Amino acid sequence: MHELISVITGFLDELREAGVPVSMVEAIDGMKAVETIDLGDKIALRETLRATLIKNIRHERAFDTAFDVYFSNVPGPAEADDPASADGGPSPAAGNEPFDPEIEFDLDGLIEALLEALAGMDGESLRRGARQAVEQLAGMEPGRPVGGTYYLYRTLRRLDLAQLEADLIEALMSEEDLSEFERRLLKEDVEARLEKLREEIQEEIRRRLVADRGREAVARTLRRPLVEDVDLMHATTSELAAMEAAIGPLTRKLASRLARRRRKRSGRLDFRRTVRRSLATGGVPADPQFRHPRPHRPEVWLLCDISGSMATFSRFTLQFTHAMSTQFSKLRSFAFVDTVDEVTEFFGPGIDFGSAISRITKEAEVVWLDGHSDYGNSLETFYSRYGGQLTSRTTVLISGDARNNYRPPREAVLGDIAKAARAVLWLNPEPRSYWDTGDSAMSHYAKHSTSVHEVRTLRQLEEFIENLTLPSTKTSQNV
Amino acid sequence: MEFDSPRAVTEALTATDYLPDERIAQVVFLADRLDKPVLVEGPAGVGKTELAKAVAAITGRSLIRLQCYEGLDEAKALYEWNYKKQLLRIQSEVDHDWDSISHDIFSEDFLLTRPLLEAIRSPDPVVLLIDEIDRVEVETEALLLEILSDFQVSIPELGTMYATTQPMVFLTSNNTRELSEALKRRCLFLHIDYPDVEREKEILTAKVPGLSDHLADQVAKVARSIRGLDLKKAPSVSETIDWARTLLALSVEDVDEDVLGDTLHVLLKYQTDIERAAKELTSGKQD
Repeated sequence: MHELISVITGFLDELREAGVPVSMVEAIDGMKAVETIDLGDKIALRETLRATLIKNIRHERAFDTAFDVYFSNVPGPAEADDPASADGGPSPAAGNEPFDPEIEFDLDGLIEALLEALAGMDGESLRRGARQAVEQLAGMEPGRPVGGTYYLYRTLRRLDLAQLEADLIEALMSEEDLSEFERRLLKEDVEARLEKLREEIQEEIRRRLVADRGREAVARTLRRPLVEDVDLMHATTSELAAMEAAIGPLTRKLASRLARRRRKRSGRLDFRRTVRRSLATGGVPADPQFRHPRPHRPEVWLLCDISGSMATFSRFTLQFTHAMSTQFSKLRSFAFVDTVDEVTEFFGPGIDFGSAISRITKEAEVVWLDGHSDYGNSLETFYSRYGGQLTSRTTVLISGDARNNYRPPREAVLGDIAKAARAVLWLNPEPRSYWDTGDSAMSHYAKHSTSVHEVRTLRQLEEFIENLTLPSTKTSQNV
Repeated sequence: MEFDSPRAVTEALTATDYLPDERIAQVVFLADRLDKPVLVEGPAGVGKTELAKAVAAITGRSLIRLQCYEGLDEAKALYEWNYKKQLLRIQSEVDHDWDSISHDIFSEDFLLTRPLLEAIRSPDPVVLLIDEIDRVEVETEALLLEILSDFQVSIPELGTMYATTQPMVFLTSNNTRELSEALKRRCLFLHIDYPDVEREKEILTAKVPGLSDHLADQVAKVARSIRGLDLKKAPSVSETIDWARTLLALSVEDVDEDVLGDTLHVLLKYQTDIERAAKELTSGKQD
């Protein structure tokens, strides 16, 4: 039990290191809960800790990774009876035991066995196969400070996943002539099964890494930022999907926070109504009346660089800003690459965001010359076309990295825009230290912007939008 | 304590045709052992509310349900003074002095209990379901904190009411907004996602008597396939059950492209979704 407590404490530390907020109360709950369960059961342990420690679906991935590392030696329910793993414990040799290393390794035989296990969905043999595959194919070298992705890749390559997939489809095909629809279902089924294999292999690799280098070290290598802290410019596809899912609840939380803030502000004294009300009390103004506070909602024009490098970031800016559109009196969107076009009409109530984005890339006329970002020309076109409609209530938001492909920045026009508008705020997804390196013309534009913000994560984007909706931001008062 | 082990939970729930996965069984078991509320989160139609009902059924407790909505307040969730009755009481005894009346009209006879107080005061243990908690405002959430952590309700005129029996509490949320940390901290967290093909197949077989194994398999696989698409509203478990019933009623034995094209509207509720799914799955052959 003592050993388990120290493992759980280490696990809690790792969760906190990874950014998951686990409070003291939750940690105590977790410990209490663990006392009620059968400690030999890995799934029970995992779900117990999950239910008590993780309170947000966005933190599940961090939890799963850390759990795999910290509790890799607790046998799963099916394994518990398996003598090979029960007495083997943490030593990396444990994985060897079912197989005699003297026998020459037979790759085809292994693939055959895996195929059979996959076709029959036999979890036990699948696990055994995965163990053998890692043992023979991963070529793991003790002591190397890696997270195991390379080993996973190497194992899967030797197993030839594409061939495995084709063979599996063949094996599961009930009849020769499948319609397009049946083929699709079958293919998805096969993909799900192969994913199981991947997971088994991954788990085995982690188990061995932990045995080799210890929990803390492996956990540190595997640590990934939480969804809200992922760098928008370098996010993987799965991270992007997770961010997209997170945007909805985030904006709603923000919206309710803003609404509450507004309610607190009471308006100025309404003299006329106070006097009229005072007639009821014989002319004594006992019941002062106030004007209803009129929420100040800024009018926002969003100007997004949608060239290749910036597409992802601008997409999030657009999505976040549009999700908050009720907080603004008016929201217009413009897209540019080397020239600019208005895209406001592509968004609107009931319109699917994804299709709006694809319409922008197809229909908006944002390319003039060669499709490389040209901030100078885009800003000039923007000013000459729409500049007349800018008012002192308009806040112009520019989302871009200011990488101008060494073209003239022509920043004077931004000065004109800033003069006509209430404020020009620039969002740059690059780290501050990269600004003005290479073809970045950030400081040229920064001179004429009201303020420039480094926005690299969803969290920063959320903070920025929150400040934007403040009744009167400090920055805009200077203008 | 109602259950000996998570396995006992699984068996009991399965007997009522609610098929839990390991996670669900474990959390229900913990909720019972630790006397903690469970916050159940997940997409619409994965059986969050059903879970509370099923737990009520297997424990033989009655279910008290508080449906949340925007604008829900104390008077609707906790308790309210029956002021009409109070007025009558005052009028009927004009000659009594105020002290005795005021003491009298703020007694339990004049209290209208609402779901939360009812759950606390019930002489028999109950299951309390607070449904769609994400619909109430953040401020209203705070109303629940006292009841969730200490199972008590404070009424200024009467004092604090303690739970005589320990209710099992389930809160559900569709995660349309983030709940406050204070609320989450007091709960066990259970995220229910769409079931995998195997489990969905079992659910279908349990809920739709007469469904062939082959058809259940196909329905579950089609559901997975459609959920993989980028849609406004993915088909929920209840919708796949409806679809399976429809197929059964139409005496379909094998789902092919035509059948799918004709019955997609049972699974999907938005025209754009139906069009997209038809395009993806039936290679645009729908007329």
